[in-house]
Amino acid sequence: MQAPARTAPLRVDLQLIADMVVPGSRVLDIGCGDGDLLDFLWREKQVDGRGIEISQAGVNACVTRGLSVIQGNADTDLADYPAGIFDYAILSQTLQATYNPRHVLSELVRIGKHAIVSFPNFGHWRVRRHLLTHGRMPVTGALSHAWFDTPNIHLCTIGDFVELCGDLGIRIERGLALDIGGRPLPGISGTGWRANLFGEQGLFLLSKEG
Amino acid sequence: MANATNAETSPDTLAGPVSAEGRALPGHSFVIGPDAPLKLECGVDLAPVTIAYQTYGTLNADRSNAVLVCHALTGDQFCAEPHPVTGKEGWWTSMIGPGKPLDPARHFIICSNVLGGCMGSTGPASIDPSTGKAYGLTLPVITVGDMVRAQARLIDHLGIDTLFCVIGGSMGAMQVLEWASSYSERVFCAIPIAGAARHSAQNIAFHEVGRQAIIADPDWRGGDYASHQVKPVRGLAVARMAAHITYLSEPALHRKFGRNLQDRQAITYGFDADFQVESYLRYQGSSFVDRFDANSYLYLTRAMDYFDLAYEHGGVLGNAFKNTKTRFCIVSFTSDWLFPTAESRAVVHALNAVAANVSFCEIESDKGHDAFLLDEPEMFAVLGGFLKGCAEHRGLATGEPA
Repeated sequence: MQAPARTAPLRVDLQLIADMVVPGSRVLDIGCGDGDLLDFLWREKQVDGRGIEISQAGVNACVTRGLSVIQGNADTDLADYPAGIFDYAILSQTLQATYNPRHVLSELVRIGKHAIVSFPNFGHWRVRRHLLTHGRMPVTGALSHAWFDTPNIHLCTIGDFVELCGDLGIRIERGLALDIGGRPLPGISGTGWRANLFGEQGLFLLSKEG
Repeated sequence: MANATNAETSPDTLAGPVSAEGRALPGHSFVIGPDAPLKLECGVDLAPVTIAYQTYGTLNADRSNAVLVCHALTGDQFCAEPHPVTGKEGWWTSMIGPGKPLDPARHFIICSNVLGGCMGSTGPASIDPSTGKAYGLTLPVITVGDMVRAQARLIDHLGIDTLFCVIGGSMGAMQVLEWASSYSERVFCAIPIAGAARHSAQNIAFHEVGRQAIIADPDWRGGDYASHQVKPVRGLAVARMAAHITYLSEPALHRKFGRNLQDRQAITYGFDADFQVESYLRYQGSSFVDRFDANSYLYLTRAMDYFDLAYEHGGVLGNAFKNTKTRFCIVSFTSDWLFPTAESRAVVHALNAVAANVSFCEIESDKGHDAFLLDEPEMFAVLGGFLKGCAEHRGLATGEPA
C-alpha cells in the first residue's frame, strides 16, 4: 500500500500530536471530527488509523474521505476494544466534554500502549483573573463558550490532571504547555506550576505504569 | 486456485441460464458437478448445482478488482441492466454504472442468483435430475452459508483469489457478513448495508406470515404445484404485500399515499381497494408473482430466519471475525425498522472487540429498509469515499486523476 500526495498543513496542536506518533503504528483517534489528524497520519506516517466521532455528519465526512470511522463516544464505546490493541489512543480537546473523565482516562491507557490527551487549562492566569475580577464564568480563547451552552462539563487545570494521572497509576511520559495558538511555551515544563499558570492548553503523552 | 478450465465446469456451462419458468436468460451459468458436490449445512451433498450469474466490467490483469454484489430476498443477478422478465431497470442501477460508486470502468462486478432462487440458479423450481420433476419441497433446506459457499465456488471458477469488495443489502448484507466470516482472507473490503448478524424474532414472525399465506393457498398443493400446472399466486401475492409494508416506513407510506382514495371521490362502504395504498400493495403483490417462485420464497425466507452468525461461533459474534484483515463499512438507515441501526451497531461492537478495521455510517432517511435500493446521495458519497480509500490501500485505480 502506498500513501499518496501530501496533505494541507495541520492545526498546530494536531501537528504536535502527530509528531508524538511513531510511523506505521496503529492509532485510535477519539473525537476525530472531520478526520484531519487521521488523514494526515495515514498519508504522512503510514499509520493504521481508526476514529470515533460523536456527530454523524463528522463520521460520514470521514468515511467519504476514505477513513475508518464509527459513530460513538468516549464514555461508552471504548469498553469494546481489547487491551493494548492500539499503539496510541488519542483524545484531543475532548476529555473535558466527557461524562466520566476518570474512567475515560483509564480506558485510554488500557486500549492504547500510549495515550495522547490534550485539554484547555482552567488554571491559566487569564481564567483566574477573569473569575477574580468579574466573578463570572470565564470566556477565553481556549474556553470560548458561555456557561449555559458549553459542551465542557468537566473542566480541569493542568495541576488537577497531573494529580489524577498519579491517582490512576498513569505515567506522564511527556507534557507540554501550549499557548492559545497551540504552540509549546518555550522553557516551561509541561507539568509544573508555571505550566498550570501560563498554559492555555495541556498536551500529554501517557502510558500505564507497570 | 481453480480457473475456467476447472473440472467443476460441466458441458452445461456452455448453455445460458434458464429461469424457473423455463425461459432462457441472458448472462452466464456455472455448474457444480457431482464430482465435487456442494456440501449443505443440513448435511446433504447437493449436485448438480447451477449458479446463474451476470458480470459487468473487466477483470484486471492481477485479478484484484472483482466486486461481488449480493442480492436481497427477491432480487436477482440483473442488478445493473434491464430485467429480462419484467423489463424494469436493474435493481441497483443507482449504485452500479459509469461514475457510480461501483463502476464497470474500474470494477469487475459479479452478481449471482442465490442458491434456492428462481432466476437460473438451482432452486425448488429446478428439475431434480434423479426424478425428472421439479424439486419442490424435496430440495434440501438452504442456508445463507450454503449460498455463500456456492458463490465461493463460482469465484474459484472465475479464477479470482481475493475479492476487492463484497457488498449487499438486507439478505445481501447477511451474505456479506458470512463471506467476511467464512472467507475473510478472500475479502479485501466488506459492505453490509441495512443488515444484521441474525434475524430477529420479529423478522422471523413476518416471514412466517408470508409463508403461511403461500401454504394456505389451495394451489400450493403441498409444494408440488408444478406437477398440477398451477401456481399459488394469491398466497405469494399476499406474502409480498405483507413483506412490502415492512420494507417501507410509516412516513414514507404517508408521504406517498396518505389516506388518498383510489380513482374515486368517496369511500364505497365495501372491500374494494378504496385507498391508494391498498391499490399499490395489490399491484406489488400481483406483479411479483410474474417473476418469483412461491417455493423459492419459502426457502429464501427460511435461510434468512436461520441466519445467526453469533450462534455459529459459540454465542460470541466477535469470534466470527477473529483476526480479520477485511476493511468493513457498515451502513444503516434511521427509518429502517426491519433491520434497525441497533443491529448494525451490534456488528460494529463485535468488530471493535476484535480490533477490526471498521467504519459505520447511519444514513438519515425516511424511506425505511428499502432506502438501500433508492436514490440516497449521502449513501453514495459515503460508499464512494470508502471504496476509493480501499482502492488506495489495495493499490487499485481510484477513478481520479493522479
